[in-house]
Amino acid sequence: MTPANQGPPLLSVERLITEFRSAEGTVRAVDEVSYQIWPGETLAVVGESGSGKSVTAMSVLGLIPRPPGRIAGGRILFEGRDLLTVPPAEMRAIRGKAISMIFQDPMTSLNPVLTVGFQIAEAMLAHGDMGRAEAAERAVELLRTVGVPNAAERYQQFPHQFSGGMRQRALIAMAIANRPRLVIADEPTTALDVTIQAQVFEALRLAQAETQAAMVLITHDMGLVAELADRVVVMYGGRVVETTDVRTLFHAPRHPYTRGLLASLPRMHERSERLTPIPGAPPSLVNRPSGCAFHPRCAHSAGRLPCRTEVPAMREVEPAHWSACHYAEELQDSRERVEA
Amino acid sequence: MTAGTRAEPLLKIDNLVKHYGVRGGRKPAIQAVNGISLALRAGETLGLVGESGCGKSTTGRCIIGLEQPTGGQIVFDGKPVEHGRRAALTAMWRDMQYVFQDPFASLNPLMTVFAILSEPLRLSGMKAAETQARVAELMRLVGLAPEHGNRFPHEFSGGQRQRIGIARALALNPKLLILDEPVSALDVSIQAQVINLLEDLQDQLGLAYLFIAHDLSVVSHICDRIAVMYLGRIVEVGTREEIFDRPQHPYTQALLSAVPIDDPDLRGRRKRIVLQGDPPSPANPPSGCAFRTRCWKATDICAQAVPALEPKPQARQAVACHHAGALTAEPA
Repeated sequence: MTPANQGPPLLSVERLITEFRSAEGTVRAVDEVSYQIWPGETLAVVGESGSGKSVTAMSVLGLIPRPPGRIAGGRILFEGRDLLTVPPAEMRAIRGKAISMIFQDPMTSLNPVLTVGFQIAEAMLAHGDMGRAEAAERAVELLRTVGVPNAAERYQQFPHQFSGGMRQRALIAMAIANRPRLVIADEPTTALDVTIQAQVFEALRLAQAETQAAMVLITHDMGLVAELADRVVVMYGGRVVETTDVRTLFHAPRHPYTRGLLASLPRMHERSERLTPIPGAPPSLVNRPSGCAFHPRCAHSAGRLPCRTEVPAMREVEPAHWSACHYAEELQDSRERVEA
Repeated sequence: MTAGTRAEPLLKIDNLVKHYGVRGGRKPAIQAVNGISLALRAGETLGLVGESGCGKSTTGRCIIGLEQPTGGQIVFDGKPVEHGRRAALTAMWRDMQYVFQDPFASLNPLMTVFAILSEPLRLSGMKAAETQARVAELMRLVGLAPEHGNRFPHEFSGGQRQRIGIARALALNPKLLILDEPVSALDVSIQAQVINLLEDLQDQLGLAYLFIAHDLSVVSHICDRIAVMYLGRIVEVGTREEIFDRPQHPYTQALLSAVPIDDPDLRGRRKRIVLQGDPPSPANPPSGCAFRTRCWKATDICAQAVPALEPKPQARQAVACHHAGALTAEPA
């Protein structure tokens, strides 16, 4: 699937700022984040804990608890409309229909006292002009689409009768029930075992093929990114630091954090004697470093003043490749991974 | 780093069995570990891999004496592990220590780092002055500043907390560390720091590691030998190269093929085996080979006889499969 960069984006997050009040003062979890996703494409949003990747998605869905949360700035344009100005009732109509979501923990996302089938059908009844019988029929069909065996029988069962992988598939079925144009999947396979993960990837692929929905895939797993994404947004310390297509990101990253992250991963079929970690730890949002949040851990900064004093802006360093590093040009020829 | 000596292994496990809930009798017993045998040499790293519920952590907990095995024998450093005898276990723990997955839950939040690290030293009878010096030495060893000894665990990041857990385990100069998912709770950029630390410590101190993990990339990096578990049994055991380059058991092959590879150029070009269904319940394991319900090679014999873990003519590693062999035909 190639990024369909023609035409207007389906979703455009523009300079979004999301803050939380805490005992230690106001914390800016998302700091002027911008990204776009076009119809049918899979955009991976990558980052470690505290990078703001999930808070951005929750902001898009209008699910930031207020208080203590607050959207302090920016726009979230979905099909041209700013979701931040849409009345709550209308937002509820969009959420679950045009935009749906899949969360990490399949156990807490399902109601334990209702059958799985009822919950999928309910998602359709809440939004659609569908009769109960039709919704039930389509729910069974959806379960079959995402690879649940004996779908008709499974329809009648309760969540506790489903294994973790089956529950996650039921949630995927629910997420695509109303043929959404955008699915936001937050760490959809993190809680699952490797062989079950592979099953859920397949279910996600089938679901996307069935609906042609665009997908925002929030993850920390670079393997998953390489397997599923068309384009990638890398976040660090509440900001976007790099964005480009998936191949360029892996082969010619232009931000020191992305490069450090890729270099630190152990690889199954490369047995280097020693890993190359990023020194230090991800920043605390309460006490974010000045200038570029990555500078205390950056091998490239080497104490240079702009890294400590100026927040680097996102710049298009090559066509369709943006990096927020003052010295992105110095990273140009470092394509060691391609040659390796 | 393979210790090439012919001497007795440091740790030898013979036919270890652990069933839960046997005595009540009303519900079927959970057969967490169903007869596994392993040997670990001094200075070696043995990986124990498998998915949740396969019994890998139960095995670790039986070895260190946190669980009482239902059957089998464990010999550590020439002496049988005496489960249920507190004094004997305490003596053994000088030489064998456990590092837990969660560095948030495994450190007492009310104790300073100094108190956490000095406790084992004090209990072993070390004098106060000596203890001071040893705690400072331990902190330096794991890359922490000794002047931070008066801080509490919450003042450290996840990676630093795991370093404290490792330092505590090293306090009494053990010969074996059981590392139970030691990096899986850490951020990706921090995992490499802790893996490098573990490798450095092994070089410096000659430690043996039993490395329990589900992340195969990490295991392939750090382990000399690897045992793959499925539903309470070892299905394949061999060197890193044997397991990763020439796996012979269908489960190992499926497990390796399921790991996402972080190279977008390989997308769609790799053979991926997507296993059908879920692992069976350890309360009611299938007859014969436990993997047969998800295996594309299964035949009648697989339901009748438990395959023995033994070397095969075509491979040097031990494989428990009636149809062991390299992955050639596409699974159905």
